[in-house]
Amino acid sequence: MNAIPKIPMGEWVEAFVAFLDTYFGGFFEFITNLIDTIIDGFSSALMFLPPVVLVALLMLVVWLLTNRTIALWSGVGLLLILNLGMWEPAMSTLALVLSATVLSLVMGIPVGILTAWSDLADRIMRPILDFMQTMPPFVYLVPAVLLFNIGEVPALVATVIFAMPPVIRLTGLGIRQVPKDLLEAAQAFGATRLQMLGKVQLPLALPTIMAGVNQCIMLALSMVVIAAMIGAGGLGGEVLRGLQRLDVPRAFESGLAIVIVAIILDRITQKIGGRRKKR
Amino acid sequence: MKKKVVVENLSKIFGDRPEKALDLVKKGHSKEEILEKTGQAVGVYDVSFEVEEGEVFVLMGLSGSGKSTLLRCINRLIEPTVGKIYIDDEDITSFSEEKLRELRRKKLGMVFQRFALFPHRTVIQNVAFGLEIQGVEERERLAKARQLLEMVGLKEWENAYPDQLSGGMQQRVGLARALASDPGILLMDEAFSGLDPLIKREMQNELLSLQSKVNKTIIFVTHDLDEALRIGDRIALMKDGRIVQIGTPEEILTNPANEYVRKFVEDVDMTKVLVAEGIMKRPEMVAVKEGPRVALRMMREAGISSIFAVTRDRRLAGIVTAEDAYEARERGEKDLTNILITDIPTARPNTPVSDLIPILAESKFPVAVIDENKKLLGVIVRGALLAGMVRKRDETE
Repeated sequence: MNAIPKIPMGEWVEAFVAFLDTYFGGFFEFITNLIDTIIDGFSSALMFLPPVVLVALLMLVVWLLTNRTIALWSGVGLLLILNLGMWEPAMSTLALVLSATVLSLVMGIPVGILTAWSDLADRIMRPILDFMQTMPPFVYLVPAVLLFNIGEVPALVATVIFAMPPVIRLTGLGIRQVPKDLLEAAQAFGATRLQMLGKVQLPLALPTIMAGVNQCIMLALSMVVIAAMIGAGGLGGEVLRGLQRLDVPRAFESGLAIVIVAIILDRITQKIGGRRKKR
Repeated sequence: MKKKVVVENLSKIFGDRPEKALDLVKKGHSKEEILEKTGQAVGVYDVSFEVEEGEVFVLMGLSGSGKSTLLRCINRLIEPTVGKIYIDDEDITSFSEEKLRELRRKKLGMVFQRFALFPHRTVIQNVAFGLEIQGVEERERLAKARQLLEMVGLKEWENAYPDQLSGGMQQRVGLARALASDPGILLMDEAFSGLDPLIKREMQNELLSLQSKVNKTIIFVTHDLDEALRIGDRIALMKDGRIVQIGTPEEILTNPANEYVRKFVEDVDMTKVLVAEGIMKRPEMVAVKEGPRVALRMMREAGISSIFAVTRDRRLAGIVTAEDAYEARERGEKDLTNILITDIPTARPNTPVSDLIPILAESKFPVAVIDENKKLLGVIVRGALLAGMVRKRDETE
C-alpha cells in the first residue's frame, strides 16, 4: 500500500480556497457586505421594540397565520425566554435563521424550478445536493472561515449551504408532481411558460414547497447553533460557553430557549403548508 | 359550406428517427413490427379529412387507434411529423410559437376526458382561465364566465371548488371553460367517457342542444360507437393510426367499408340509428274538403280503417276513422271537418326509431311523419316498423 502515495485531495482543496481568496477577494467582500446588511436588517428589526411589545406583536402575527392555541403557547414560550434572560441571544439567533431562510428561498426556489423544467439541470443538481446534505455540517465551517473570516457572515454562508437543499428538492418535486393533464389544459388555452408557472405549477406545488420551507428553517436553526463555533453568537454561543465552563444551568437554559424557538417556527410553517394543502 | 378544418396526409411517429418508420409503414408493415424493428411508434398515419363549419365530426376508434393523438395534432399539443393542417385556410403546421398561442387562445377550445379543471381555482376562475391568459380585464372576464355558467346551469356554483362538484357538473365547467373565449372550434377528447351512462346521455343531449345555439365546429373523440352515432354528423372510424372509413352514421352502418367496420358496428342497436324517414311508407290521404263518401272509398281500396286528412297544400289536418266517416255519410255531411280527429301522434323524418316505439305503443293510430311546415311526408304503422328494422338488418349483413 505504501507504494501508492496518498492523493493530496485536502491540499488541492486548500489551494483552491487560497486561489479563490486571492483572486476573488473583492467578490467575497461584496457578498460579506450584502449578507451583513441582511442580518443587520433583521436583528435591528427584532431589537428595535421592547421585548414585551415584540412578544405581543409576534403573537398577533402567529394568530393571523395559524390559530389561537399556537399563538398563545408561542407567547408563553417567548416570555419564558425573556424571563431566563436569553432574549438577546434568542433574537440574534432568530435574525440569523430568518436571513438564512430568506437567502435559501431566493436562491433555492429558482433553482428548484429549473430542475423541474430541465432534466439536464436535474441530473446536474442531484449529486451536488446529495453532497451538500451528506457532508457533515462542521466541514462547511472551515472554508467559510477562510473566505469570510470569523463571525456571523461565514456562519450564515455555511447555514445557507446546509439548509438550501430541501428547498431545491421540494420545489422541483412539487412542480413535477403537477398532473400532466392540467399542464396540457393550460397549454391548450394558449398559456405561455411563465403563465403556466405562475398560474398552475407554483400554486399547485405550494404545499410541497412549504414543506421545503419548514425543513429549511429547521436545518437553519440547527446549523446556526453549530456555527457558534465560528463566532455566530446567539443561543449557540450561550450553549458553547456553558459547555466550555461546564456551566450546567446556563447550558440547559440556552438549550431550552433553542427548543422553544424551534417549536414555534415549526408549528407556524407546518400550519401554513397544511392549510394550503386542503384546497 | 365553408371548410373549417382541413387535414392533409397527416402522420405522427413517436421517436427520434421517424423517416425510417414512415418508410416501413409505406411498405405495409404493421405497427407492432415497426415498433419492434425501429423502436418508433406509429401514432397516426396518412390521415386526411375535412370538417365543415358547424359540423360535429367524430373521431372514433378503440384505444391505441390514434384518435386522441390526431386530435392533439390539430392544436399542436402534439407536433405532427409530416402533413398539413389548415384552420380557416391557414396552414397551422407552419405557425410560430406566438401565432400558435394566438390560435389556441382565440380559435380552439378543448374539453378533456378527466375534466382537467384547476383544483386551486373556483369554478368561475376555471371558466375565466382562458380569458385571464389573454389578459382580459377581471370584471369583463368574470362577467363572461358567469354568462357561460348560466348557460350550462351552474350559476349558483361559481364560488365552489371543482372537487365539490359531481363528474357531470365538472364536465359542464370544462365545457364552459372551453367556450369562454368564444372559439370557432371545439376539440373534445373523450369528454363524456368518464361519466356514468345516464349522466353521459344527458350531457350528449345537452351538447346537442347547446350546439344548436352556439353552432361551433366540433371535433369529438370517442371510443363509444353509440355516442358517435348519437352526436356525430359524420364519423371517421380509425384503426392502427389510419382512418378506415368516413361517413354519416347511417352510411357507416348500412355500408361498412370493410370487414373491420362491419365487425365494429355489428352490435349496434338499430333502433337508435334508424330514423323515421328510413322506415316510413307512402301515406294514404284525403283532402278535408272531400266528403265522407270519398274517404270511405279510399279506405276500402287501401284496406285500412283510418285515413289522414290534409289541406290543399298537403298539410296534415287530422285523421278520420271509417266508423266516423260512415256516420257522417248517414247524416249527409259534405266535408270531413266535423269528424276530424286532430290529436294524433306525429314524428319528424329524423326521429330515431327508439323514440317511435313508445309513441306507437300508446296510440291506436299510425304515426304521421311531417316536416317543419306540417306537410305530410309519410306514415309509420306497427308492421312497417318491424319490417323496416328487419330489412335494414338484412342489408348490413
